[in-house]
Amino acid sequence: MTALAALIRRDIRIALRVGGGALIGVLFFLTVVVLMPFAVGPDLALLSRLGPAILWLGALLASLLTLDRLFMADHEDGSLDLITMSRTPLELACAAKALAHWLAAGLPLIVATPVLGLLLNLDMVATGAVALTLLAGTPALTFTGMIGAALAVTLHRGGLLMAVLVLPLSIPVLIFGVAASQAAIVGPMTFGAPFSILCALSLVSLVIGPFAAAASLRHGLD
Amino acid sequence: MTLIDLANPTRFLALTARLLPWLAGATVILLAIGLYQSALAPDDYQQGATVKIMFIHVPNAWLSMFVWGVMSIASLGTLVWRHPLADVAAKAAAPIGASFTFLALLTGSLWGRPMWGTYWEWDARLTSVLILFLMYLGLMALWRAVDDPSRAARAAAVLTLVGAINLPIIKFSVDWWNTLHQPASVMRMGGSTLDKSFLVPLLVMAVAFTLLFVTLHLAAMRNEILRRRVRSLQMMQASRIAFSNELSPGSREENASKGAA
Repeated sequence: MTALAALIRRDIRIALRVGGGALIGVLFFLTVVVLMPFAVGPDLALLSRLGPAILWLGALLASLLTLDRLFMADHEDGSLDLITMSRTPLELACAAKALAHWLAAGLPLIVATPVLGLLLNLDMVATGAVALTLLAGTPALTFTGMIGAALAVTLHRGGLLMAVLVLPLSIPVLIFGVAASQAAIVGPMTFGAPFSILCALSLVSLVIGPFAAAASLRHGLD
Repeated sequence: MTLIDLANPTRFLALTARLLPWLAGATVILLAIGLYQSALAPDDYQQGATVKIMFIHVPNAWLSMFVWGVMSIASLGTLVWRHPLADVAAKAAAPIGASFTFLALLTGSLWGRPMWGTYWEWDARLTSVLILFLMYLGLMALWRAVDDPSRAARAAAVLTLVGAINLPIIKFSVDWWNTLHQPASVMRMGGSTLDKSFLVPLLVMAVAFTLLFVTLHLAAMRNEILRRRVRSLQMMQASRIAFSNELSPGSREENASKGAA
């Protein structure tokens, strides 16, 4: 347990320091949201209607951008080999690393959402709904993305391939995340149904992700 | 003859060499019967003659999912049982499955134009099959990204198994999201809703296409095995040349002087 806690602390610390790149994700998120009015026009009514979708897409792309750091840096300096050989099960280590990554890179995105919601003319209810769905959905993005990150490490130079492999798997999360936040704003569906499916997707990926990532690391690094 | 006997590639090659002509013959005959029956099938009272696209479209769609299922089982074989032919089977199936998926999308879109008035609609079944197609392409890219085939096999096996989650989503997408695509009519509880004059040619075509897949898959597996043999022969030759150069650095001069003498 202490080993896992130490791993989480270390990963968060590395991610938040200079060159760690976790907060670049927030900057990228901001940039995507700022670009949108240039693409669709500065019509505030239209922007507030598209708001949840824009925020979700931005968060998805931002979390994808930071994902390749999940194992790559550790692979380059050799600490990934140490983690693989240590007595802690690799599945648990992968889960810990993904949790640390979500705390350092995913949570700041959710914290930034209310500010970005202001830019898109979202009201309080809508902003709250989007932030809540992001809180429930981004763990799924991190944990399924981890599979792609683990594959990319074993591939060398697999960054672009990782994006291609991971994005199809994140489509259900995107669908239900946007559906839940739209339901909270305009109806006619209730917020509960898509939101519980979103939570279920996160829980499923919490189980599958570490095992698949550990399997591909174990097979790829020998 | 069990699955373990097939683990020997040479025995597999010998067996498939005998099997393939029969399979190919059966495929051609069944396809001919199926196409003849489809041509004779009556026009639909609503859709007219365009209903005949179904006889091509449905088998392709069925195989697009079936091939991923085969690849998933082969991936289990790679990861769990370390069956030496499992990764060959998985690799050979991916391009074939991608082709079937593409044809299903293409024929569906051609059918959708007269029926729904649009080539493409962001409906649940269409979108999930398009995702399946993208995943086939990603998988093929993954196979090509790694030099060592056995390492590529294990990475691809993990991705194939994760991607198998998409199969039940496609199967039940028409029931869960009630959008444009019609709900299941052949394989459903309480029997098929299709009329016999449509059902019989459709089933013949489905069997014919499945046989076509088996034939193409076995042939592609043979090619893959032979390709790997060529590769290992080339590597052996390369290492022999490197080794002999290393052993006697002066051998080239010696040979040259011998030649001169």
